[in-house]
Amino acid sequence: MKKVIAQLSFCFVLLIVLSGCKRAAENSKEANITFWAMGVEGETVSKLVPEFEKQNPGIKVRVLQIAWVAAHEKMITAYASETLPDCFQLGNTWIPEFQALNAIEPLNDLVKQSSVVQPGNYFAGIWDTNVMDSVFYGIPWYVDTRVLFYRKDLLAKAGYDHPPYTWAELYDASKKIKEQAKPKNVFSFFIPTNEWAPFIIFGMQNGAELLKDNNCYGDFSNKKFKDAFDYLARYFYENLAVVDMQQVMNVYQAFGDGFFSFYITGPWNVTEFQNRLPADKQNAWMTAPLPSPDGNYPGYSLAGGASLVVNALSKNKAAAWKFIEYLSKPETQLTFYKLVSSLPAVTAVWKDPVFTGNIYMKAFYDQLQKTKATPKVPEWEQIVTQKIQTSADFVSRRLLTTEQAVKSLDADVNKILEKRRWVIKQ
Amino acid sequence: MGYKTIRNSTHWSAVLLFLGPSLAVICCFFFLPVLAAFLLSFTDFDIYSLSNINYLRFVGFNNYISALQSPVFWTSLKNTFYFVVAGGPLSVAASLGAALLLNSKFIKFKPVFRLVYFLPVVTTLVAVSIVWRYVYHPKFGALNYLLSFVGVSPVDWLGDPNFSMPAIIILAVWKNFGYNMMIFVAGLQSIPVDYYEAASMEGASGWQQFIKITIPMLAPTTLFISIITMIGYFQLFAEPYVMTQGGPVNSTLSIVLYMYQEGFRWWNIGYSTALAFLLFVIILIGTLVQFRLQKDADN
Repeated sequence: MKKVIAQLSFCFVLLIVLSGCKRAAENSKEANITFWAMGVEGETVSKLVPEFEKQNPGIKVRVLQIAWVAAHEKMITAYASETLPDCFQLGNTWIPEFQALNAIEPLNDLVKQSSVVQPGNYFAGIWDTNVMDSVFYGIPWYVDTRVLFYRKDLLAKAGYDHPPYTWAELYDASKKIKEQAKPKNVFSFFIPTNEWAPFIIFGMQNGAELLKDNNCYGDFSNKKFKDAFDYLARYFYENLAVVDMQQVMNVYQAFGDGFFSFYITGPWNVTEFQNRLPADKQNAWMTAPLPSPDGNYPGYSLAGGASLVVNALSKNKAAAWKFIEYLSKPETQLTFYKLVSSLPAVTAVWKDPVFTGNIYMKAFYDQLQKTKATPKVPEWEQIVTQKIQTSADFVSRRLLTTEQAVKSLDADVNKILEKRRWVIKQ
Repeated sequence: MGYKTIRNSTHWSAVLLFLGPSLAVICCFFFLPVLAAFLLSFTDFDIYSLSNINYLRFVGFNNYISALQSPVFWTSLKNTFYFVVAGGPLSVAASLGAALLLNSKFIKFKPVFRLVYFLPVVTTLVAVSIVWRYVYHPKFGALNYLLSFVGVSPVDWLGDPNFSMPAIIILAVWKNFGYNMMIFVAGLQSIPVDYYEAASMEGASGWQQFIKITIPMLAPTTLFISIITMIGYFQLFAEPYVMTQGGPVNSTLSIVLYMYQEGFRWWNIGYSTALAFLLFVIILIGTLVQFRLQKDADN
């Protein structure tokens, strides 16, 4: 018994001593900041930390990597329990949501004083996704947009020496590719209905606002969106796009086989296509900016990417901002690109031979000049993944007409936005 | 010392001493959350309420009403019933069949078969689902290849809304039958051999013995298994979550998956707790019906 008491009291003393140490560390000038990042970027960013700690003695950075699939749940839960890190990465479409939660710090003053982070250094469309009512909430870290990946050889066979510049050309080329295909069971355009991007992109290209009245009501039955939806639905109805995407289990194999020739996707697939397509198909594909409904080539694409934000409750905001500035320096951005191939948000970096020498990158650079932000409402993620994708699925299978689909989209979206309308009124 | 205190104290303090810790834990981690969830189901708790508690509204039965009015809820309910009604009996039958085979005198290497049949239960579903997605692949899948020998044209198992639920049922039965099989094996082994000896002396055939001895003697086991299976199958979640995400066109969206999506993906906690209580009522009714049927059968 005595022994137990002795052990317990030893533990107790140890605990006091240790917590004392912790307090002492907090009081000193040293700042320990935590940083959360997702996916491959989260895995690799720790390689940039030693250099930062060398440049800024006194600041220690702890990086925690979290998986993209669990990121949203984890961050909201962390917010609810007030355990968000000092600074973290956010998908730029999530910024409105975290701003609505008052979870992230406005950065205007910090940007004003900064010699590194200036709005003019970034792609305008991307910077804009971080701004709500002229307040900056995030600094673009890396960017992401969607371009057209296409089979140069099959397009040439169909009589095109250039990628499609307009919707009409895209449709015409798709028809011709399908007609010329040797085995008949191939398609032209891969439009997976579990990706909302093409449906929103074509709508935005056609001038659709998607939401209306201060983003309080759905505007999908607007003619501009419906026309774009009709345009895409035609690919399914005329067998130019495969209705059931389960048939394309391996995108790379299917693209290599010529099962489809057009696919709208993002920068991560450049390396994937280079690694996974067979050697004899490596010269057969190319990337191009998206076609447009009118003559204004290129058409708009998504202003995607990830931003760096500061936790509004952080005690180490200054140190966190220093880390963000470090990650935003052109040299750091270039090193980071070389490590993970995430496209840099700072435009100056694109002048480096690493980019000018990569034939697939030009399409991304051109496309990034012409991007549009999706509506900035916290509910956006739900609207697109739950409603747009389901509607696309129903329409592609002819279970709903586009007319019915856009009507029910508006009804569902209005219901989702009910709380937003009430909160705005308060 | 301890001996004396317990003897001197009242009856209740002893009860409290033994049950207290577990009751406290159950209260903390079960009853309190259930109560909180019940209260939440009458509010519109969501992402806005998380930022500012003033944005929480009491909405009465609105969550329940809007669930009952939502076509997606009815689709998910229909899918869940389809899964329970088709998958439940199939799963029990498969378990019973496998148990009978394992209990047979003519089978050798019983432990090996028992292990093989039980393996799917202990394998992680996420790993298994990758294999099954290949099995179900419309062009390269093993299942369509086997079916082609009997002249069945290729079926798009996971992509066709008419076949996606059967595909999920096959996977779920394969994944789960091993567990119930073990319980059935235990039940079979507890039937005294004397009954079979007496019956065969009277000239009863194998089938008659099965109908008149095995089935009635297994009744309690079967009741237990069918209730457990029903409750488990009503909570269908992981299979569609990893295989189809509820698609195509919501054909594999189960009620729990719907609840998960509303609650944890979109953070409509109020609405999704209402769904949880609706599911609770449905399972309760199902269990009562089964008890009632069993009682009638016993009389």
